[in-house]
This record gives sequence, C-alpha cells and structure tokens, in this order.
Amino acid sequence: MPGERQPDIQISVDHLIKRFGAFIAVNDVTFDVRRGEIMGFLGPNGAGKSTIIRMLCGLLRPTSGRAMVAGVDVALNPERVRQSIGYMSQKFSLYGDLTVAENLRFFGGIYRVPQKEIAERILSVVEMAGLAGREDSLVSTLAGGWKQRLALGCAILHRPPVLFLDEPTSGVDPISRRRFWELIHELSDDGVSVLVSTHYMDEAEYCNRIAMIDQGKLVALGTPAELKNRALPGTLLLVECDEIGHAIELLGSAPGVRDVAAFGNTLHVLVDREAGQTDRLIAWLAAHGIAGARVRPIEPSLEDAFVQLVTGNREAA
Amino acid sequence: MKLRRVRAVVVKEGLQIWRDRRSLIIALLMPFMQMLLLGYGVNLDIKHVAVCTFDRENSQTSQSLLKHFQASSYFAVKHVLDSYKSVTTALDRGDCVITIVIPPDFSERLRDSGQSSIQAILDATDDNTAAVATGYAQSVVSGFSDEVQLQFSGIGGASVAAAAPLSLEARVWYNEDLDSRNFIIPGVVAVVMALVGSQLTSLTISREWERGTMELLVSTPITSMELMIGKLLPYFAIGMLDATFCLGIAVWWFGVPFRGSLATLTLVTVLFLIVVLSIGYLVSVTIRTQLGASQIALILTMLPTMMLSGYTFPIDQMPDFIRPVTYLVYSRYYLTALKSIFLKGSGVVDLWFPILIMLLYAAAVGTWAARAFRKSLD
Ligand SMILES: Nc1ncnc2c1ncn2[C@@H]1O[C@H](COP(=O)(O)OP(=O)(O)OP(=O)(O)O)[C@@H](O)[C@H]1O
Ligand SMILES: [Mg+2]
Repeated sequence: MPGERQPDIQISVDHLIKRFGAFIAVNDVTFDVRRGEIMGFLGPNGAGKSTIIRMLCGLLRPTSGRAMVAGVDVALNPERVRQSIGYMSQKFSLYGDLTVAENLRFFGGIYRVPQKEIAERILSVVEMAGLAGREDSLVSTLAGGWKQRLALGCAILHRPPVLFLDEPTSGVDPISRRRFWELIHELSDDGVSVLVSTHYMDEAEYCNRIAMIDQGKLVALGTPAELKNRALPGTLLLVECDEIGHAIELLGSAPGVRDVAAFGNTLHVLVDREAGQTDRLIAWLAAHGIAGARVRPIEPSLEDAFVQLVTGNREAA
Repeated sequence: MKLRRVRAVVVKEGLQIWRDRRSLIIALLMPFMQMLLLGYGVNLDIKHVAVCTFDRENSQTSQSLLKHFQASSYFAVKHVLDSYKSVTTALDRGDCVITIVIPPDFSERLRDSGQSSIQAILDATDDNTAAVATGYAQSVVSGFSDEVQLQFSGIGGASVAAAAPLSLEARVWYNEDLDSRNFIIPGVVAVVMALVGSQLTSLTISREWERGTMELLVSTPITSMELMIGKLLPYFAIGMLDATFCLGIAVWWFGVPFRGSLATLTLVTVLFLIVVLSIGYLVSVTIRTQLGASQIALILTMLPTMMLSGYTFPIDQMPDFIRPVTYLVYSRYYLTALKSIFLKGSGVVDLWFPILIMLLYAAAVGTWAARAFRKSLD
C-alpha cells in the first residue's frame, strides 16, 4: 500500500526542540509524515507527545528547529497552517452547552466552509460519526465515544489535508475505539495525513509508522513490524513438540539460540537472525530424539518492543 | 477580518449566553438592583461644609437655632453676616457653600401660628456639595424643630401641632431646580453601567481557558480581532438593554428631568459601553481564571468610577495632586455628559470634548484588548 501512495511530505519536523525554562520537553526530534500516512506517537506520560503536536499546530513556539506542515513553516506563518489542519486536543474541547449541530456549524463558520456546502458536510459528518438523530442533543449529555467522534467530525469539517489527534480514544470503550480507527483509516485512504498519539498498543498496530518517544527524545521510528524486530536482538520462533522439558534443555545448548522460554505448552525461542533457522531447529531436535516438532517464526508484541526500547533509551542516557 | 467568522462567534456566544439562563437573568436584573440600591443608598459623607449665617432677628430662639449649626460636625460656621449684600459676596467668593438666613419675624410667627421658616441660600455650581449641604441643613432644622415641638406640647398641653413647626426654604442660586437626586442619579447610571458592562465581558475569555475550549479555538484560523468583535457584540446588545433600564429608572422612577435629545444620549451611552465592555474583555484576556478576572474588572471599573469620576467626591474639592488623575477616568466623561444631557439638554456640539475622549478611549482599549489576546499557549 504505502508504495502506491505519493511520497510527498505533509509534515516535516527538523531538529525540533522545546524548553520550558530549564526543562527540555522535546529534545531534538526529527521525522516526516507522508500524504495519507498514519503516524502514531507512542510514549509514556510526560514523554512530550502533546508538546510536539501543539508546536505543529502553532500553539507553542519551538525553542529551536523547524516544523513544516502542509508545505508551510509553522513558526513563520501559523495562520496559514491553521486552515490546513484539524486538531483534536487531548482534553475534550468542544462546547458542552451547545448541541451537536451548533458545534459543527460554529466550526464550519470559523473555517469558512462554503455556505452552500455546509449543510451537506454537516450531514455527512453526523452520519460518519454515527450521530444521526442526536443533532439537537447538548454535547455535555453525550457519552465519551460519541463526543470523540464529534470532535473528529469538527476537526475534518473543512477537509484539512493534515490531522492531529492527541489521544483521541482515551477513556473510550473498545467498540467505540475500533469504530474510531475505522474512521481514521477512511480518512487516510482519502489522502489525509494523520498524526495520532496513543497509549494503546493495539491502536499503535493500526498505524503505518510509529514514532516512539521517551523523555522528549525520538527513541525509534518505523513500521510496527520493524520496531518489534529492531527491539529484539534476533528472531522469535514458536516451537511445538513433545517432551517440552527435555526440549528446553536441548534447545538451550543448540548453536545460534539466545534464549528459550516456556509459553504454556509451547516454547518461545530467540535465535540469531539468520536464514534457515527454522529447519535447523527441527533438525537439531530430531537428531536428539524429538521428532515431528513444528517451528514457525512469530512476531514479538509491540509492548515488548516498547518496553525494550524505552529501557534501552533510559540506560543509554 | 472575515464576517463569516465574526458571525459564527456571535451565534455561538449568543447561544451560550441564552443557555446560561441564570447569568442572563442576573445580567438583566443587576441594573434594577444596583440603581435602586445606589440611588437610595447614596451616603455622601461630606463634613464641615462652610456655612455663613445672617440672623435678621437676633432673638433667643434664632440664636439657639444657629447654635445647632455650630454644634453640627457637618457644618463649619465661617462668617456671621449682616446684610444680603455680604451674603452675595460671601457666596461669590466661595467663602461658604450655604448661607442660613433667619427672617426678622421668625420667632414672632412661630409664637403666633406655631409655624415658621428660615432660608438657605446655596451656591449650587458644585451641585453635589450643595445637594448634600441642603440635606444636612434640613436635618439640623428638623432636629431643632422637634425640640420646639416638645416645648410647645409641654406648655400647651394637648394641642400638639400636626405639622412640624419649622421648615427650611432652600433658595438655590445659579441652579434653579436643585433636587439632590437629579444630580446623583446620572452618576448612579454611570456607576452601574461601568459595573455591569465590565462584568459582562470579564469572564468570556477566562471561561474558555478554564473549560479547555480555548486550546481548540486557538488552533483555528480565527483572528483575535474577529474573536473580540464576535464576543463583544452579544454583550453589547445586553449592555444596551441594561443601559435602557438604567436610564429608564432614572427618568421614570427617580423623576430626573430629561431635557436633551435621545440621539445624543444614545451616542454617549454607546461609546461608554464600548469602553467598559473592552475593559472587561481586556481583563478577561489577561487573567486566565474566571474569579480573578471578575474581581480585577470590578476593581478597575468601580474604584475609579466611584472615587474619581466626581460621583462621590466633587472633582473641584479633590486635592490638587489627585485632580489631574481624574482626567484619565473614563467614567468622568460619561458622568459629565449624562448630567449635561439630562439637566441642560446639551447636544453633541456642546459635548464634543467628552465624546472625543470616549471615542479615543474606546479605540485605544479596543485595540489594546485585541492585541493582548495572543493565539498561543506559551
Ligand atoms: N506549559 C508547560 N510548562 C512547563 N512544562 C510543561 C508545559 N507543558 C508540558 N510541560 C511538561 O513537558 C513534559 C511533556 O508534556 P506533554 O504533555 O507533551 O507529554 P505527553 O507525552 O503528552 O504526556 P501524556 O501522555 O501524559 O499526555 C511534561 O513533563 C510536562 O510536565
Ligand atoms: Mg499528552
């Protein structure tokens, strides 16, 4: 998929630094986001995710470094950037004392959505967000998932090419979350670049690429699969066979094996990253009396990778 | 500036005001409460008003009445005069604000009919002091009157006079129809408008900060001028409604004569309202908590209006080093204009100076407020 997309850059962040007094909240961060790409920000509390997003929206001035959004330098021309972005802040920030339709009309007016299109666009956003029939409900009376979808609706009413979503699904039930992510993918299919921060590992898996951030630093950047592989010093293999206890001993002394761990009645074996490891293990077990073993590579979880990378970063610091 | 955005803000702000019914009712009732409270409750504690006396009778009764003036801490007896000519001179020279004249048949009439009166001649160019001095003189005379009545009932037994035996006839010079309220009420209107106007807008920005809606608003392309105008317009409508109430109460409740034109009144009121709304907005932009903003707005508008506009203390009675400061107090100009429009029927041409100053004030504070709002979280 990514190969089919045009490679033009919608967000370009270059050695971005933000200090609050002596404290460095964002420390020399550099990355790009392409058109239609979903970039996930993953990082512990206080990592600096919101601060980066706020700088990209022109809400905070970078201490140094450069940020280009939709082809415009944010620090030089924040007003032009603002027409090209949609923003969902971490804290819900629509008007609770206005109705769904009133909030949408307000933002439609602020972004100067063409008068003759506004009704139609509101209708489609209401439909997309599953808010049909609730147009006249006060926003404060809506449940969390509805509020989040409405906030997304308000952010995309003016069809911005770039979308910043700061923890859009925190505190929302899993079904609403899934629904929300379907919407994000639809937008991305339409060519919208999405920068989304999250704490949820499963959500991070939905992203095209992930930027792992810790203590203001960009710790790792890549596709979910790349990050998982990079985090572990080898390939993870799942082994199913008889005589598990014996197999652990055998594999522990096998050449090229770094680690063996029992996982229920299967084994997770970490081996050096080399071709033919699967066959080599099967042969090794057969040669030592355990025949018919099934071995296949498995993916480490993103959570493993995350913990690994963050601890690695802190040890290095 | 894009009209479309201004309109969006007007509609949104209007809806929020409409939904916050309690605040709206308070905003509309406040002028009534404040007007009545301040209109009746004016307590202008001016002490030691300069007084001259002219006793044309020189009887025991008349002297005893004048002793009451000497004893009162409200008055300081400056001169004892002996002719009307000297009364004129004393008032002209500003030796005193008020002269008490006791007619030659004072005690005679009191004895014969049980009723008598004395005169108070006033210099009412300084309307406030004159009004207050009349009030004080009235109370001194009625205190004396009570004593006389007591003596009568002691002597005459059952025949207690129904009416108070003594009355004070105020003869006002330079200002024909002195009625204290006529001078005080326009001031009350200015005070109430300053209070209500600045309170209306003082919360509008801090509320958005406190509720977290500002973060999103700042991320949109709206300019601070569009935001300000959009936010001020609905409050301007409410403020004009409040002004109508205040001025209506002044005319129909307190009976202040209205001799000017409605157009001039509207013009100065609109200008003053823009000034106080902008001050409230400026405070709202500067102070990010609602409570803080409301209090600062109160101090910034009420304090100068009460103390330095000529409402409580006449400006020409202020110490020399304070008087120049009053030129900075915007309420001073509205107060002057209101009094002139109401009592003298002044028009736009007569009032060019206060109008010009308020115009400049409105432009300056408005620009400052729009500039003060920075679209940033830094
Ligand atoms: N205006 C500010 N002044 C001072 N420090 C700030 C300010 N804003 C953020 N910080 C600090 O900068 C760091 C990064 O904050 P940020 O909100 O960007 O983190 P985050 O990754 O979004 O965290 P979370 O997952 O909790 O939202 C934190 O330590 C925070 O306390
Ligand atoms: Mg955050």
